[in-house]
Amino acid sequence: MAERIPRVPVRAQDPEVRAKCFEEVSLGYDRQEAMLEASRCLHCKNPRCVGACPVNIQIPDFIACVAKGDIAGAAAVIAKDSSLPAVCGRVCPQENQCEGSCILGIKGEPVAIGALERFVADNSPSTEVEQAAAGGHKVAVIGSGPAGLACASDLARLGYDVTVFEALHKAGGVLEYGIPEFRLPKEKVLKPAIDTVKALGVKIETDVIVGRTVTIDSLMDSEGFEAVFVGTGAGLPKFMGIPGENLCGVFSANEFLTRNNLMKAWREDYLTPIHAGSKVCVVGGGNVAMDAARTALRLGAEVHIVYRRTEKELPARKEEVSHALEEGIVFDMLTNPVEITGDERGWVKSLRCIRMELGEPDSSGRRSPVPVEGSEFEIPTETVIMALGTSPNPLISSTTAGLEVTRRGCLVASEEGATTRPGVFAGGDAVTGAATVILAMGAGRKAAKAIDEYLASKK
Amino acid sequence: MFEILSKEMLTPNICQMRVNAPRIAASARPGQFLIVRADEKGERIPLTISDFDAVQGWVTIVTQAIGASTCDIVSFEVGESFADIAGPLGLPSGFVNESDEVLAGSSYVFIAGGVGTAPVYPQVKWLHDRGVKVDVIVGARTKDLLIYTNRLAQVADNLYICTDDGSEGFHGVGTAMLEKLVSEGKQYTQAVAIGPMIMMKFATACCCKLGIPVIVSLNTLMVDGTGMCGACRVTVGGKTRFACVEGPEFDGALVDFDEAMRRQGQYRSEEAFEKEHHKCRIGRGK
Repeated sequence: MAERIPRVPVRAQDPEVRAKCFEEVSLGYDRQEAMLEASRCLHCKNPRCVGACPVNIQIPDFIACVAKGDIAGAAAVIAKDSSLPAVCGRVCPQENQCEGSCILGIKGEPVAIGALERFVADNSPSTEVEQAAAGGHKVAVIGSGPAGLACASDLARLGYDVTVFEALHKAGGVLEYGIPEFRLPKEKVLKPAIDTVKALGVKIETDVIVGRTVTIDSLMDSEGFEAVFVGTGAGLPKFMGIPGENLCGVFSANEFLTRNNLMKAWREDYLTPIHAGSKVCVVGGGNVAMDAARTALRLGAEVHIVYRRTEKELPARKEEVSHALEEGIVFDMLTNPVEITGDERGWVKSLRCIRMELGEPDSSGRRSPVPVEGSEFEIPTETVIMALGTSPNPLISSTTAGLEVTRRGCLVASEEGATTRPGVFAGGDAVTGAATVILAMGAGRKAAKAIDEYLASKK
Repeated sequence: MFEILSKEMLTPNICQMRVNAPRIAASARPGQFLIVRADEKGERIPLTISDFDAVQGWVTIVTQAIGASTCDIVSFEVGESFADIAGPLGLPSGFVNESDEVLAGSSYVFIAGGVGTAPVYPQVKWLHDRGVKVDVIVGARTKDLLIYTNRLAQVADNLYICTDDGSEGFHGVGTAMLEKLVSEGKQYTQAVAIGPMIMMKFATACCCKLGIPVIVSLNTLMVDGTGMCGACRVTVGGKTRFACVEGPEFDGALVDFDEAMRRQGQYRSEEAFEKEHHKCRIGRGK
């Protein structure tokens, strides 16, 4: 075979321009670029990418359609397995999943599957899906994040009468409150995705906090829901437990991002206040840390990412790290905070850190960082944002009898999503602890199937 | 859906509204709060529940117009609807779970200040309905700023009114009234202080001096109110607690009030800016 076509780069906004605005960073492919990129797929007889996708999208098939210019056909292929392609094309960690297993990646660059998925989703009208006749059986879905939306759409397609209960005032879960506008535009991408779910007949009731406003028991006993899916995610922020964490100017990434995303603090016409100040240290190295850092940058701050391992171990998506670097975020690696110091008014003055070095690999296979004795130093800063991960909210587990949780507060559920209480299913971060959008979607879909089987067996 | 059924200005800037919210009314217990978002561009504002009726499906909120968002809430009229109300949030007051024997042996005193007088009402009413002895001390700067005194008089064994300027009732602050009552032989097994953070700090100090255990209800900053943001972190007994899910009521003696007051003022400069650039619509219709 002649010289291979190189991977078609995805166009992005100029780093200097985008560092000052909340417009989407990645511009995506146009039709010509997408068709060229699609032509790179080898159509392996045994496509490893499909197995590496948590919802097993028939990737070579949809790419073949794109290569022919049949975008509607490609959309139909994807729709069989995914209800949120416009979202997943943007936020999946493709390098660890489909693209990470692409044969082309062994010697060169893998096919840009994520960018192609996004192109298809952005350029095809919503596809008509077959819907079974409504059986009238009521199913409640708790949480309107990726797990809940995926579960609800599958159940609606199977003919169930589905109501999604959302604690916040807007549907979308982490897609709405967590992931920033510049990575996942809300009006352009998220709203149409949720409208598609609603078009299937799914009702979404906001402002209902299950565990407070209603309980799983009241939904099942008084409101006639025959099964419940719990997709409440992992919403509780973790803190380090170091001195000074309650000073003014220390925020969880959840608070900072929720103020900016859900509450639109970045827009002048909204009333929500937000505090970034002139300098911000973000502690952590995951996608949430990158999102918080890049948000603070856009609000006008100088931003440092403080992470205890090296750049190689950063759990964030590769694209987020490179975008953050391009935008001018400073990465302070092998650095771990030990204390936050404050001024006489109780506001943050500096982040006291200790240098780290990498020791032996730990249970996750990553080399664990160990402090270098006597290497403490101070980073003067106005704001500290803790992005150390999140854990599931106990509001439901603590108000529902018979629902077992692990020591880490995660709901105990089978591979199919059955919890320890009959009729109650769960999936996504509420079961696994903080993970990815696509894994949550996969779990939601599995649970929909299990709920269908459970209700069929009851009849 | 969250339609305003009635509205009454209790003082020039404190407003009482009865709002249609059947799901919340059915689940609410004394001590809990809710979050109101007036319209699409408003903040999520935590407000205590001042009364509720599960059968008729309404809750009562009392709002003091101090910032841009609370001004917006107060500007709504009967027949209009708030964009969102979520709740009930937080844990109910501890006495809700107490046995009848424990309650029968109790004698409560409530110390209420400012807008914090309103949420005292459902608690006093609950205790009164169960035959528990309850005295209430209501304090305000001056006579015109007193709220809820008539309603409290109906459910309290004794209601003591205090004004800083002596324009009505006892001339002095609520804690001075409490000291006076105790010196005259009154005995209380439990105090509950609800009001501005600074008032709860002094009420706690007074109760500690008098040897009366005291519960306070913390009105911290919040965004979601479900444990997600951590804006409401407060140090209680040396440990960080989330007021939204572990509170809002805590043992006053264990609360770090100075930290809580500093944290409450975190967005003050941003809020001052919003208020200055925001047209308050109270009393001018919409």
